[in-house]
Amino acid sequence: MANNIDVNEVKLTAKDFSSDQDVRWCPGCGDYSILAQVQRTFPDIGVKKENIVWVSGIGCSSRFPYYMNTYGFHSIHGRAPAIATGLKISRPDLSVWVATGDGDLMSIGGNHFIHACRKNIDIKILMFNNRIYGLTKGQYSPTSEKGKVTKTTPYGSIDYPFNPASLALGAESTFVARSLDRDPKHLQSIIKRAADHKGTAFVEILQNCNIFNDGAFALLTDKETKADHVLVLEHSKPMLFGKENNLGIKLDGFRPVVIDINDGKHSVSDVWVHNEEDHHPIRSFILAHMTDDPKLPTPIGIFREVIKPTYDEGITEQIENVTKKKGRGDLQKLLFESNTWEV
Amino acid sequence: MEETKSNGKTVQSLNDVTVMFAGDSGDGMQLTGTQFSNTTALVGNDLSTLPDYPAEIRAPAGTLYGVSGFQLHFSSSDIHTPGDSPDVLVAMNPAALKVNLKNIKEHALIIVNTDSFDPKNLKIAKYDSNPLDDGTLEGFHVIHVPITSLTTNALRDTNLSIKEITRSKNFFALGMMYWLYNRPVEPTIEWIKQKFAKNPDIAAANEAVLKAGYYFGDQTELFTTRYSVESANLPKGVYRNISGNEATAIGLVTASELSGLPLFLGSYPITPASEILQYLSTYKNYGVKTFQAEDEISGIASAIGASFGGSLAITTTSGPGLALKAEAIGLAVMTELPLVIINVQRGGPSTGLPTKTEQADLLQAMYGRNGEAPVAVLAASTPSDCFHMAIEASRIALNFMTPVILLTDGYIANGAEPWKMPLIEELEKIEVKFATEVEGFFPYSRNEKLSRPWAKPGTPGLEHRIGGLEKANITGNVSHDPDNHDLMCKLRTEKIQRIQNDIPELEVDGPSKGDVLVLGWGGTYGSIREAVDRVRKSGYKVSQAHLKYINPFPKNTREVLNNFKHILIPEINLGQLARIIRSEFLLPVIQLNQVRGLPIKSVDIQNKILEILGGNNGK
Ligand code: SF4
Repeated sequence: MANNIDVNEVKLTAKDFSSDQDVRWCPGCGDYSILAQVQRTFPDIGVKKENIVWVSGIGCSSRFPYYMNTYGFHSIHGRAPAIATGLKISRPDLSVWVATGDGDLMSIGGNHFIHACRKNIDIKILMFNNRIYGLTKGQYSPTSEKGKVTKTTPYGSIDYPFNPASLALGAESTFVARSLDRDPKHLQSIIKRAADHKGTAFVEILQNCNIFNDGAFALLTDKETKADHVLVLEHSKPMLFGKENNLGIKLDGFRPVVIDINDGKHSVSDVWVHNEEDHHPIRSFILAHMTDDPKLPTPIGIFREVIKPTYDEGITEQIENVTKKKGRGDLQKLLFESNTWEV
Repeated sequence: MEETKSNGKTVQSLNDVTVMFAGDSGDGMQLTGTQFSNTTALVGNDLSTLPDYPAEIRAPAGTLYGVSGFQLHFSSSDIHTPGDSPDVLVAMNPAALKVNLKNIKEHALIIVNTDSFDPKNLKIAKYDSNPLDDGTLEGFHVIHVPITSLTTNALRDTNLSIKEITRSKNFFALGMMYWLYNRPVEPTIEWIKQKFAKNPDIAAANEAVLKAGYYFGDQTELFTTRYSVESANLPKGVYRNISGNEATAIGLVTASELSGLPLFLGSYPITPASEILQYLSTYKNYGVKTFQAEDEISGIASAIGASFGGSLAITTTSGPGLALKAEAIGLAVMTELPLVIINVQRGGPSTGLPTKTEQADLLQAMYGRNGEAPVAVLAASTPSDCFHMAIEASRIALNFMTPVILLTDGYIANGAEPWKMPLIEELEKIEVKFATEVEGFFPYSRNEKLSRPWAKPGTPGLEHRIGGLEKANITGNVSHDPDNHDLMCKLRTEKIQRIQNDIPELEVDGPSKGDVLVLGWGGTYGSIREAVDRVRKSGYKVSQAHLKYINPFPKNTREVLNNFKHILIPEINLGQLARIIRSEFLLPVIQLNQVRGLPIKSVDIQNKILEILGGNNGK
């Protein structure tokens, strides 16, 4: 891991990361897969179990810390990024992870989320996006599509959803990615990359809530349809997809269009080549907004990763610099600093 | 009052004086008052200050609501309040005169800057005619000084702009007051040199104007009398002047040192608490980490995260912020993490009177959360007491693994007093032990204080999960069991009660039995003390007790209260402590309540005591 965190000596297994608590999500819930992929990946991120903390808010996803055999904090609705921020600033030696959902992070916790991104706090945020409120039994969420009929929107929702990747990019998160609960290999690779990233890492995981919003991402996960609807982003590779891998994304100005590289008119050299390290953010926004257009596939993978100093590094550095300049603080001197007189 | 002659002028010796510097918010009155206070402290007087500034940063010039004032009470004996009403008013403009006229003493000395009494300023201050010559000021001793022109005169040979010149007129007023009350100008000159080191022209101008004011006092025939206030007989030691917010900040750093834990402050700027965040953010070389959060909730949430990580964690705020933090305080109650929440109270409800003082958050601190969520509640009584109470709040939080709310208020936060500084090595250490043993570790097991073990992340083998859901006793696993919830609610409440064993008893000043006990809490200490002193001087017996620990109350509280026929509770709210005392002890209490955004006047407390005593009782 790129962080300044102690690494493992003995190789752990997925089982070492499983706590003694019974997992209580509904049978069939996509959260099970996410938990399994995290437990499978964590032996490879090279951080000692005791140096890992999972922080969560409220919602189905936020039960996550109970099932991880690491330090954990199941907090209050929306506040996980703020708690994780304080923990990471005060303890830069820890690897701090946030498990959260679309309601927890994008609605009640929106403010904490954007500011954690803006400050580049070195925390990893996994947002399980099922586009519904599960734990409160089926109300629409800030990522539900417009027109969605739920218990609180019997005539269809009127408001427009957040595009989580775009929001994270707009808030200057230095690592923005998307994956799927039903694509274990891909999810594992993204978790690993998030762990390696130094700075705020935001991962949107499209997750099926089979009770209140079943099939929300069926197009992206069903065997028959997924190849034509999912675009797997790979760094410095052309954006190709489709059953035959013959479809590609071409950038027509700022507009992405689908081309067939075998139609005789186009070739692979017309296809947009993904650059996750692109310093200019504009292309990552184009990728994020591809989900808005039903004619385009949904990209998964890493939209953007940039490296810049983290907040927690900054604060430590400032303390070191001031201490070097002024010397280690002497309390008695602090008291006597201002005008004193003796009686 | 003694009189002697010097330089053709009478020197009158006074025991104490209350001065009010008042002017436009751009006139530099806070600076003038602070300088006068610091010099007054250096000459050895006891003193107490009350800065009173508008909520607007730069209100339109000359308006009534733009008046900024600084009240200062200094004395040759022990004093406790900034004075009920000023003996002297320095009014830099008509608005300052108008706003303060109703509050100053009969026959008070008024020094006015006549230059500012022009038709424009009179109109803005809503004067139909000039109060300087229409009889409004009859009965007062008024001294007319053209402060602006005298300042311009003193600087006529400089290259400064008119704006820069008039800006230094407050130094003229200050110099004049130094002469009038016989104080040296040197400390302020020193200060000017440091403050304007990068701008020598301005430094020289301010110094010249300060001296001009001083010599003007000496030469003018307007002043026939000069006053002297001898130094006070304070206990031996090294003193400095300190405000409550600075004392709080230093107290927190001290608690960090005494406990050996790093200090973390998560906070969001809010008047009148922001200064604590400002002070602490300068103490980087003490290892202090400050985090200016995106909102009040993040302020406390980040502190809770830092507490989980093993820091001495603090959040600072005022009333509206405390309301926003309520849910998170409940989380700290449930997770039993140490946390200090400091509420510098201001006038409410809602945004209320942001720059004025009040004590109306006591019930919020005690009960303002969902569920049974007891926390320890402490209150500081004077500016320097904030230092001790910040340490106490930290000690209790760490020893009992609990959130502690420390209440201060705008008055003691901004007010200042001389403080005899402690020797750090004489302060008691705060014992903190982190759990490290895997054998027998349970996150919700308890010691004799009922405090649970603190196991910080990074400790091998102690990986555990905590959270806002109800905990099973001992194991800390999530539990919805009815009997367990009942037990846990009672355990959390009992833990707070046991703090009683670790705090000092309630002291009574005066006879421990009698007719009247004046019971107070927090920032009213000075007003009550002064009232009690005055009543005693006129021969009555009256006692005072002041609560600094409110939840739980000191062990002997009931016993103390039972020894008096009448209990008078003066508060800057509509009876919040009174309500708690009644419900806790089933005792009738007499209330004295004022919510004027200002400290309660000692004279009002004095009159109430006399009214209860009914003439000669207890004499
Ligand atoms: S309600 Fe939906 S998201 Fe929640 S546990 Fe059940 S299936 Fe999973």
